[in-house]
Amino acid sequence: MIIGIPKETLTGENRVASSPTAVAALLKLGFEIQVQKGAGTKASFTDQEFIDAGATLVTKKNVWQSDIIFKVNCPNIEEIALMKDGAHLISFIAPAQNEVILAALKEREITTLAMEMVPRMTRSQSMDALSSMANIAGYRAVIEATHHFGRFLTGQITAAGKMPPAKVMIIGAGVAGLAAIGTAGSLGAIVRAFDTRPEVKEQIESMGAEFLELDYEEPEDTGSGDGYAKEMSKAFIDAEMALFAEQAKDVDIIITTAMIPGKPAPKLITAEMVESMKTGSIVVDLAAAGGGNCELTQAGKVVNANGVKIIGYTDLVSRLPNQSSQLYANNLVSLTKLLCKEKDGTLNIDFDDVVIRNMTVVKQNEITFPPPPIQVSAAPVAPKVAAKQPAEVKAKEPASPVKKHAFMAAGALLFAWVTSVAPADFLSHFTVFVLACVIGYNVVWNVSHSLHTPLMSVTNAISGIIVVGAVLQVGNENPLIQLLAGVAILIATINIVGGFVVTKRMLKMFRK
Amino acid sequence: MEFSQGLISAAYILAALLFIFSLSGLSKQETAETGNWYGITGMTIALIATIADPRVDNVWIILVTMVVGASIGLQLAKKVEMTQMPELVAILHSFVGLAAVLVGFNSYFEMDHSALANFTDQQQMATNIHLVEVFLGVFIGAVTFTGSIVAFGKLRGIINSSALMLPHRHKLNLAAGVASFILMVVFVQQGGGDSALFLMTFIALAFGWHLVASIGGADMPVVVSMLNSYSGWAAAAAGFMLNNDLLIVTGALVGSSGAILSYIMCKAMNRSFISVIAGGFGTDVVVDTDVDYGDHVEINAEAVADMLSGAKSVIITPGYGMAVAQAQYPVYEMTQALKAKGIDVRFAIHPVAGRLPGHMNVLLAEAKVPYDIVLGMDEINDDFPETDVVLVIGANDTVNPAAAEDPTSPIAGMPVLEVWNAKNVVVFKRSMSTGYAGVQNPLFFKDNTQMLFGDAKVSCLSILDKL
Repeated sequence: MIIGIPKETLTGENRVASSPTAVAALLKLGFEIQVQKGAGTKASFTDQEFIDAGATLVTKKNVWQSDIIFKVNCPNIEEIALMKDGAHLISFIAPAQNEVILAALKEREITTLAMEMVPRMTRSQSMDALSSMANIAGYRAVIEATHHFGRFLTGQITAAGKMPPAKVMIIGAGVAGLAAIGTAGSLGAIVRAFDTRPEVKEQIESMGAEFLELDYEEPEDTGSGDGYAKEMSKAFIDAEMALFAEQAKDVDIIITTAMIPGKPAPKLITAEMVESMKTGSIVVDLAAAGGGNCELTQAGKVVNANGVKIIGYTDLVSRLPNQSSQLYANNLVSLTKLLCKEKDGTLNIDFDDVVIRNMTVVKQNEITFPPPPIQVSAAPVAPKVAAKQPAEVKAKEPASPVKKHAFMAAGALLFAWVTSVAPADFLSHFTVFVLACVIGYNVVWNVSHSLHTPLMSVTNAISGIIVVGAVLQVGNENPLIQLLAGVAILIATINIVGGFVVTKRMLKMFRK
Repeated sequence: MEFSQGLISAAYILAALLFIFSLSGLSKQETAETGNWYGITGMTIALIATIADPRVDNVWIILVTMVVGASIGLQLAKKVEMTQMPELVAILHSFVGLAAVLVGFNSYFEMDHSALANFTDQQQMATNIHLVEVFLGVFIGAVTFTGSIVAFGKLRGIINSSALMLPHRHKLNLAAGVASFILMVVFVQQGGGDSALFLMTFIALAFGWHLVASIGGADMPVVVSMLNSYSGWAAAAAGFMLNNDLLIVTGALVGSSGAILSYIMCKAMNRSFISVIAGGFGTDVVVDTDVDYGDHVEINAEAVADMLSGAKSVIITPGYGMAVAQAQYPVYEMTQALKAKGIDVRFAIHPVAGRLPGHMNVLLAEAKVPYDIVLGMDEINDDFPETDVVLVIGANDTVNPAAAEDPTSPIAGMPVLEVWNAKNVVVFKRSMSTGYAGVQNPLFFKDNTQMLFGDAKVSCLSILDKL
């Protein structure tokens, strides 16, 4: 089948849905590739590079006639009209907001996979374009903020005076938030981050930021089970807003990344909060496209509200067009690999695979959105697993203590009987035996793991002490006993010498 | 030269103390070598004291056999490759087992059977106890003997290393135990009967064989340390028969330390200690190969070298495959090359990696890897998420995420090295075949995992070349 890579038409979009490397990878899977002339120019891929990688250069009309279309942004109605009936489309679609588009695709029987519908599973991570793009957006958000921020991010003490480090608050610690934390941190800023999901505290702290705790506990779990945050209760939001209001007075840069899939972005930064910020401060709103987390955000623009700049760019990812195209192209290659396991250049839309099922929004003449829910996030599932395990353990446990105690009782009885009838001589030996066992236990208990083998070989050598027994017997007149004892001495000596020498050899090798 | 009884006792006490010091010395890296010397000194003192015992005759036999035995032992120890260490230890255990059997027989033959009828009650009781001691000594010795031979065979590859699955194997074990117990009662009742003793020896030999044969190769570290423990108990039993406290002390020391070591291993594998001793554990496993794990991705040495050069921190996880390929030297050189580039390289050792407890440490030490960068599972498991590249060299079951993620997996619950949390994992492997546990490893199919097929030594050398 032929894969077509059209030029993106959305204003401000610099990306392209493939890269020369990705083209080469797709060719290996058995596909032919057509690239529209100039498709990669804005992403710094020349037409020649695509040709060198093995793609054919075609006109706009021809590219849309391909069997499969790879795109970044959802095609508009005119573009869909250019497509073949029964073709395939893989792109960002925003299926929840784009009912008209879905209907148009269904009309033309175009099987469509929406890139924002990649479930957050380990297996599908390599196709997760939202994450790969969010990573770039998070980085770029800090760069844009720094650009508009008239100060150093890092603190410096110079001969000419002291400059304090900038304080950055990041709201929402998804991929974008974490990337922003990392970037701001590496520029030297003091970074604080907040997220409604307490389980990401660790991730935030691992990136070197401070996790802002809330004085309030949400009664329920805050993850929605699909790896994204969900909407919060009224009381929680109040507590949250109080925290933001307090922080706004203190920090220099706020970066908001709070988005809830399929819903307008929550309003987290009010006009009053912006007003309370120091002059020259910056708000970067990564949710601008979804309505913005800040009340004053205007999508695609920088707003100056009494000296506080609110950056509402929606094309942050597009501002690193080359690398974002590469990553997106790689996501598409991974997806194609999943769709084309036979490597024969055809797509197999297999609904038994949850990843494919979840992503497919139109299959031939049927709209298959929304997909049945799948649970992928580990945290919310945990309670179930935990509930299961104790049950299993319980099933096993009861048998063993009973057995153990029975054995112990039997042992104690046997011992009592033996001591009552045995001669004193035996008992004194037995005392020695028991004490030696305890010493052996205590001596070995704390052995360092790396020394297990030498320890074993030394105890092995020492157990050759059995030679003493044989030596004591060899003096007997009975030739049979002499012979057996002789053999015993021989092999026990092999053991002793072999054990000690080999231990010595091993220990010599250990060195710091 | 003959020592008085008091002098001999003093020597024995000294020897026993030295053995204790030896074991405690061996539990720390810094004191290990001194520990070994304590052991040697203790053994020498014990032997001199015993030979100088006035009861000992035929000293020339002792000297001749000892010299011969010592030279054989020396040869063995000098020649053995470090990778064959587990085999050597196993076969040495069998020697102790056999010696215990022989000493037991001798002790039985030495008894004056004719005097039996005239015994008082007190003497009768003493005889009975002695007979029980002989019986137990021979039993444990025989089990150790054949068990160690099977372990040796499995490690050597002479015997098929997969677990032998006789029908009703647990019942067979039980039957062997019960039969031996009945024979012991008969033996004591008779005041010592040759047939009962021989029959039991035969049963014990078969039992020892079956016990180890029904344990899979992957569990060999535990088996070897368990046999070590058995050989100690055999020596202790011999001590009881001969009324020799030194034998008792030493045997008990070795026996309990071996048991603790096995217990530590079992904990590391999340297995029940009892089921290991009872034999054939971890074998009630249905291996399903129908599950589709997806595709694995291959990588070549050059790309690995690139990946390593770009990394900040690297962890190497060796397994038995490294031992088989003798790859420890190139691994060490690779470590040096990476360290020279300022890359942080460490080793992560699973407690049961290899075929002997601590096997990997010995191999790495042989290749001169400094021991302070060789870390245990507990020390390093939390560091994987911050690690750029993990090289899994010939390890399989010890890095299997199924143990942590799949409750139905046969190795479920076994703590493993969580290598998959690292950014990149490169698995050095000869083929896609399963590890000793016979379980497929989902790690190979993870997105951040790449497979480097081929002999680990060759692979390491070619990476080294490209670095």
